[in-house]
Amino acid sequence: MRYAETGVNLEVDLTRGNIERVHTDPQDTELYLGGLGTSTKILWDRVPPEVEPFSPDNLLIFAAGLLCGTPATGCNRTIVSTISPQTLLMAFSMMGGFWAPELKYAGYDKVIIRGKSPDLVYLWIHNDKVEIRDASHLKGKGANETAELIRQELKQPKAQVAAIGLAGENRVYYASIEQGRSSASRGGIGAVMGDKGLKAIVVRGTNDINVARPAEFMELCYEVIKYIKFREDNPIPGVIPILAVLGSPQEMAIHDERWHTENFSWGNARHRRKGFWTPEVAEEWTETLNSMRTRLISCYNCPMECGATISPPGQPTFMMKCFSKLTYTMAAMSNLDFGMRIAQRATEYGVDGYSTPQVMAFALELYENGILTDDDMSGMPSENEERFYWLLDRIVRREGIGDVLANGTHWAAEQIGKGADAYAHNNIKKHEQLPLKLSMLNPIYFLMYCTGEKMNITQIEGQFPQAPFPKREHREKFVKDWFQVPDDRFKQYFLDWEPRGENSMPYYPTVEMSCDIVDWQERMHYIDDALGMCTGLSSFHIKPPYHIHNIPKFMSAGAGIDMDEDKLSKAAKRYRTLVRAFNIRRGLRRTDEKPPDDHWKKRFPELEKELLDTYYKFKGWNNEGIPTKESLQELDLDYVSEDLVKRGILTDSENAPSQETSTGKELE
Amino acid sequence: MTGEKKKKIVKTIRIDLDKCNGCRSCELICSAFHAEPKYSSNNPARARIRLIRDPIRDVYVPVYAGDYAPAECAGRDKYTIDGKEYDECAFCRASCPSREEFKEPDSGLPLKCDMCEGEEEPLCVKWCLTDALVLEEREEEVEEEAVEEEEQEELEVGLESLADKYGLQKILDAVARMSMKD
Repeated sequence: MRYAETGVNLEVDLTRGNIERVHTDPQDTELYLGGLGTSTKILWDRVPPEVEPFSPDNLLIFAAGLLCGTPATGCNRTIVSTISPQTLLMAFSMMGGFWAPELKYAGYDKVIIRGKSPDLVYLWIHNDKVEIRDASHLKGKGANETAELIRQELKQPKAQVAAIGLAGENRVYYASIEQGRSSASRGGIGAVMGDKGLKAIVVRGTNDINVARPAEFMELCYEVIKYIKFREDNPIPGVIPILAVLGSPQEMAIHDERWHTENFSWGNARHRRKGFWTPEVAEEWTETLNSMRTRLISCYNCPMECGATISPPGQPTFMMKCFSKLTYTMAAMSNLDFGMRIAQRATEYGVDGYSTPQVMAFALELYENGILTDDDMSGMPSENEERFYWLLDRIVRREGIGDVLANGTHWAAEQIGKGADAYAHNNIKKHEQLPLKLSMLNPIYFLMYCTGEKMNITQIEGQFPQAPFPKREHREKFVKDWFQVPDDRFKQYFLDWEPRGENSMPYYPTVEMSCDIVDWQERMHYIDDALGMCTGLSSFHIKPPYHIHNIPKFMSAGAGIDMDEDKLSKAAKRYRTLVRAFNIRRGLRRTDEKPPDDHWKKRFPELEKELLDTYYKFKGWNNEGIPTKESLQELDLDYVSEDLVKRGILTDSENAPSQETSTGKELE
Repeated sequence: MTGEKKKKIVKTIRIDLDKCNGCRSCELICSAFHAEPKYSSNNPARARIRLIRDPIRDVYVPVYAGDYAPAECAGRDKYTIDGKEYDECAFCRASCPSREEFKEPDSGLPLKCDMCEGEEEPLCVKWCLTDALVLEEREEEVEEEAVEEEEQEELEVGLESLADKYGLQKILDAVARMSMKD
């Protein structure tokens, strides 16, 4: 019997309209855990580097994490992976909500989509019964609207729906997949779904998910619940509000936005507004949120209330979470009322709340600077907020300038020319980032920004405090009950970290310490992404309920896989390295690994080079960021090493620098 | 015949719809607790509590499985409270032919909440960290027979539903076969 997982994937070929149930190899679970890990293995095996994002040969994989459907609190994430049309690299974007557990109860760990349907369809999975159904009547419908219509026509109020909106249908490079209160937004995975002619995947399941050692597993679950309660009663002092308490950043609950509004940049990631958060603004925004927010809501089997039902007067109700609360507001230099209202429309269209506002602010900056002309913007209203609605409508329909902007700032700038690339200034690997512009280089964040393949800092950072505490006594108090560290040396790193003086940034944490810290942070995120665990109870937080010491026990008791800390770390390193190898095969090289030039004012080229050199070595990669033969073999990835040698990316003599290719190739 | 007075603990779960966050932990843990062996499997479709949930309309109603009803009601009810319209039969606890709630997904047999007998509190309450579900207990004095009657009633309800599903004759035959084995 398989535990925690079902051992069955659903293979759907949309070109031929073929559906198959495929039994998976339990050994793959041991090696790659599940979720992101096993999905990466499938992508490596079946999607060679020649495959373009919008090729029928590109796969779109919806994976439920290994422990989804068990009572492990907060373990409910769907991991969607494919080739991103924007970065041309592997995209893996995730969503919480209710979809992944429902898929498990229906009897499947993954849905693997290939091919393309000539007509718009949706997939209806009801336990053993799986059908491809016509969706032509849903063309152009909003993502939430679609979910509602499908539930009604199937008479299945309990079905969970993951759907795209107009943006996905029109292959907007930053289109999302929406699931009511959650969305998988980064990397343009919604565009791939639209390209495949797939409007939605609808799931209803009423089967059992088994756990291997029930009593032991429940004991672990209670420990986690107890610790969640403890953390609720004991917020961490001395850190910003969203890090003091557990959960995905509590943007729906909190009113105080001084930190975001005064530290993040407004407009096209340009302006810091010190002193913005006045009592008048605080009062107005509090009133706005209170008047629209009907209820704080959770994902499946989780007590944290990270989302909210939002009813902007005069508009349909929708659900929101996290920082999309402010991205539209800040890009448009507007207020919270505008931000919430346009987010409702954007959610129905199904677009990423990080990239979209920035693309629009970028377009207006180009217009103000004469690079985009009145001709390009013909018909644009004169009022600022109206311009954002106008641009959003053009983008998702790919009308006029919207057709260019729909490809994101990097590709749009290339197409527009006339120096537009200087305005696409906030990208990493062609993907728009959070609008942070800071002063002093932070060595930890430098490494995360450079080498992260998850394309979003919030999905890489965590565990280690973001900044030093001013006083040693505070630091000593902090490390006292910091049992989540993999090793006590991390406590020492933190104890000695000072805001000023010899032990301050950028030279402290030292290069070696920074590598160690980043590796720990990244490892925990990758583990979460295999298990389907929410980072809001795990890797994003300092002092989370799930950590390197108890997760192996969850896996042993839950999935029946004999697991310990070393074995878990090695498995995470294995599929993390496989993600890297997959992207290397698609052309990723050191030259792509850099933060936006203006991310920090104070830069240190020599230190930065040393950081990257050392980190690559630490990870078992050569100086180009390519995993070495030796490290691949250590991770049982000989087949990867052989492939990279065959392609001339690695040579037989160890660590020889490879031919430099770039991901800068154009789409047709 | 007048029986002895006996003390009985009446357990009430206070349900606060405003505090429900819609996470369905209650359904999950109920199904795990009632699995054989205990906690060995998870499947909200087997739960004896259901969350009637429609986020867009802000409808959140945890309902406990009550008695088995062999036939639908003659009429239906539909409540509107504070401007929110609730689904037909939203507050009804019956395992009834009109809906899929409170039936074992495989056999269709009715489910009924037993307040997690043997535990200090029902597991749904224990797992509801937002306190939408809170247990209250009070003591009442009842006639002794009432307790026995209750057990007898439970037995009969179970049999009745089996008879509805398979026909009385098949049940009789099965019971006869089982008693022969003994």
